[in-house]
Amino acid sequence: MSKGSRPSLRDLLGEALAGLAQRPARSVLTMLGTVLGTGAFVAILGLTATAAGQIDSRFTALTATEVTVEDIGGADPADTAASFPPDAAARIAGLNGVRHAGVYWPVPLSAPRFAAAPGAAADQDELTLVAAEPSALAAARPTLRAGRLYDRFHAGRGENVAVLGAAAAGRLGITRLDGHPAVFVNGTPYTVLGIIGDVQRLPDLLLSVIIPTGTALRAYQPPHEQRAKMLIETRLGAAALVASQAALALRPDAPGRFRVIAPPDPQSLRAGVTGDLNSLFLLLASISLVIGAVGIANTSLVAVLERTNEIGLRRCLGARPMHIAAQFLTESTALGLLGGLVGGSVAVAAVVGTAVLRDWTAVLAPWTVAAAPAIGAGVGLVAGVYPALRAAWIEPAAALRR
Amino acid sequence: MTPVISFSGVGLTYPGPPPVRALRDASVTVRPGEYVTVVGPSGSGKSTFLNVAGLLDRPTEGVYELDGVDVSRLRERQRAALRGQRIGFVFQSFHLLPYRTATENVALARLYAGVPRRQRATTAVEALDRVGLAHRRDALPLVLSGGERQRVAIARALAQRPSLLLCDEPTGNLDSATAENLLELLDQLCGDGLTLVVITHDRQVAARGQRTLTIRDGVLDE
Repeated sequence: MSKGSRPSLRDLLGEALAGLAQRPARSVLTMLGTVLGTGAFVAILGLTATAAGQIDSRFTALTATEVTVEDIGGADPADTAASFPPDAAARIAGLNGVRHAGVYWPVPLSAPRFAAAPGAAADQDELTLVAAEPSALAAARPTLRAGRLYDRFHAGRGENVAVLGAAAAGRLGITRLDGHPAVFVNGTPYTVLGIIGDVQRLPDLLLSVIIPTGTALRAYQPPHEQRAKMLIETRLGAAALVASQAALALRPDAPGRFRVIAPPDPQSLRAGVTGDLNSLFLLLASISLVIGAVGIANTSLVAVLERTNEIGLRRCLGARPMHIAAQFLTESTALGLLGGLVGGSVAVAAVVGTAVLRDWTAVLAPWTVAAAPAIGAGVGLVAGVYPALRAAWIEPAAALRR
Repeated sequence: MTPVISFSGVGLTYPGPPPVRALRDASVTVRPGEYVTVVGPSGSGKSTFLNVAGLLDRPTEGVYELDGVDVSRLRERQRAALRGQRIGFVFQSFHLLPYRTATENVALARLYAGVPRRQRATTAVEALDRVGLAHRRDALPLVLSGGERQRVAIARALAQRPSLLLCDEPTGNLDSATAENLLELLDQLCGDGLTLVVITHDRQVAARGQRTLTIRDGVLDE
């Protein structure tokens, strides 16, 4: 008794692929729906991830913990009185979630002269003299290159001390602090306590000579033209709360004298990008996948009817119905897989291209890319079931009819 | 010697309505190496005889033994395997796959028997040599003449190493000169010891056989 016939898997696969390769134009057209569907799927997920990533990169922890309070004065433009109370820093520091908070302002001096030695004429118009509370400096997150920052002692006593920004120090030719150098502002010496190498906030400070607010108020006028600001560093997540309370904590009597600038809310931002758009496009992608499936099913069915002779012949050559079904199922699955691969590749190219054009960083979750061929193959498999069954049902005697 | 085909009281009735008795009470024996032709007008039951003999249809009555095996009792998958291994089919319209070369078409014969690819190709080349088409190995059916196509089809049947070559109007689509060539090939194969059953409505073709069976209204006569 002879065994049941059993061709190898590789042979069946070869037969199926040969079936596809024989009609390349038709195969490509059949794939189109799947290409579009999987392509849209990957492109949408990729583009939204890229856009969301873009928001993420703009919205770093640094900006998320920064609140700025600006003194906008009263309704009367002639009212130049400073809005910040003297104990502004302490009032804000009392709020929940505040790390550092301090007031700073550019000292109102017209054309100040800066020099590293008395009488030395220097052309330093770019440098500015800034008054800043020690806590404002801390909130700017400085990195010291040399020396130290001044503290509340210096500020309280109005000491003539200064901290230089790295660029300002370079212009003035002060690089080392071992000789206790001084910087002369309009002839008044200020002992340089430290040089700030870099700051994470308020980059203008790098081009400034910074003195304590107490010192500034004693020697110069209070700010009037360019008003004072307050820099607040909060704990992560506390910025919105601090921003809502700051004005009232500063001046319960006149909270309207301040404009509080809070970081944007990350969740609402991202939701705006991904929300409705995402689901709408995914719906479109699913629709084109369904169309792709219908296309594959239709073409496969036509192919089955067209190849009745071939099916009968194969049955005469010993093929079992299962072999015939497997062949057609493999053909449609391969079509779907190929469509998924092409669609996925096109979509990846589109996402990367968009990112390059917009100067964004392309963000693609690996699983979305890997899913494309899998989805395509799944669509092909499902679409091929009915045609494959029809093929398996064909009687071998069909081959004998002409 | 075990007969290749042994029909005893074989009949096939297609279920109605109305039921059609396409083949009734056929008893015939074909011995190894015999060249038997079957003639009859259209609609006489020639195709039914072919389908039953070729294991494409199950008889509803009687016993059919192929190489001594009662095939009416076999399961469908065993019948499929037997079909692939014992019977070589040759059709009037050749049934070659249009996008495969002659060798590939012939090699298809052993695919479902699980023969490895390389061995299939070797067998195919040998079979093509045997039908005199060694020079057309890599040709597509489209560029082959009718006679050459039928030779490829015969080579495909031979590649199965069948006990029985079952030909259905093998010359039906060929002009008379080509048909004569093909019949000579069949004579030659018979001379090599192959068992041939040729179904035809052409008296001249039928005359080539050692025995001629006549079928009329489903009744088979010697």
